[in-house]
Amino acid sequence: MSRRVSGLQREVLQLYRQCIRAAHTKPKDNQPRFLKYIRSEFGQYKDLPRKEFSTIEHLLRVGHKRLEMYSAPELKDIH
Amino acid sequence: MSGVLRRCAFRLAGTRSLATTATDITPRLKTFKIYRWNPDKPAEKPRLQEYQVNLNDCGPMVLDALLKIKNEQDATLTFRRSCREGICGSCAMNIGGRNTLACLCKIEPDISKQTKIYPLPHMYIVKDLVPDLTNFYKQYKSIQPYLQRSKVPEDGKENLQSIADRKKLDGLYECILCACCSTSCPSYWWNQEEYLGPAVLMQAYRWLIDSRDEASKIRKEMLQNSMSLYRCHTIMNCTRTCPKGLNPGKAIAEIKKALATD
Repeated sequence: MSRRVSGLQREVLQLYRQCIRAAHTKPKDNQPRFLKYIRSEFGQYKDLPRKEFSTIEHLLRVGHKRLEMYSAPELKDIH
Repeated sequence: MSGVLRRCAFRLAGTRSLATTATDITPRLKTFKIYRWNPDKPAEKPRLQEYQVNLNDCGPMVLDALLKIKNEQDATLTFRRSCREGICGSCAMNIGGRNTLACLCKIEPDISKQTKIYPLPHMYIVKDLVPDLTNFYKQYKSIQPYLQRSKVPEDGKENLQSIADRKKLDGLYECILCACCSTSCPSYWWNQEEYLGPAVLMQAYRWLIDSRDEASKIRKEMLQNSMSLYRCHTIMNCTRTCPKGLNPGKAIAEIKKALATD
């Protein structure tokens, strides 16, 4: 059974997937820290109502920007 | 002895008269309604917040009022500012329904009217009055705003230009890229991703007609599509709003002419 997701939900899931993939390009020892950071950032807005379109769109923009910044190969570790 | 007394009396009288004039002046409280939005609480809707400023002890410009509010009433109010004399373009915002620089816009002396201050329209907001100009700067970068030449001058010093050729750049090089014109353009509102907007197109024209530049053919080719240039429908909001009194609308028309006669 496949879950039906709205366009916005799909975008959020896509962003999450891209983040996880970017995390896996980092050095092996530091990956758990990246994953923990991604999970905490997404989890922060877990309870956001799904009708808050403009808020979700804003968070998506922020997320994409941050993904672009963090996926630079020079960046090896976060705390 | 009597001289000293008289001087004392005079000084007393002097201070009293000063004190009465100070109390005579009633504070002229002007209301400013300012757009507030905090990215740390994205679920909260943007709102207008009211501030009262006494115009008697405030500078003449809107930027002075904003700084006064930030200093004395609400330190969380966020806006960009730098030179306070209209040369940096940082404080571009929408004041009373018009895009302008806060440092060049006089406060309306009529205190019965409120002044509404919004960030530049149709831009993503970073916080309060600070718009996200990333896309605008990216577009500016895309027109390659630098001199392109295949060879260096013989004397190894300067690329010389005749006085007449230099004159062509007047009214173009003064642009400070405050983004007032681009964000006032309805075409730019609807096609921000593809249409370059008046500010960037004016700079494109500035490099196109520079007699020292040799890349004008490539520059023209870059603009030769339906979106980057031809989304301009000569609405002329750009020219009307420009706080530096420049004419981006005319520059765009000149590019169109140059491309048509190519």
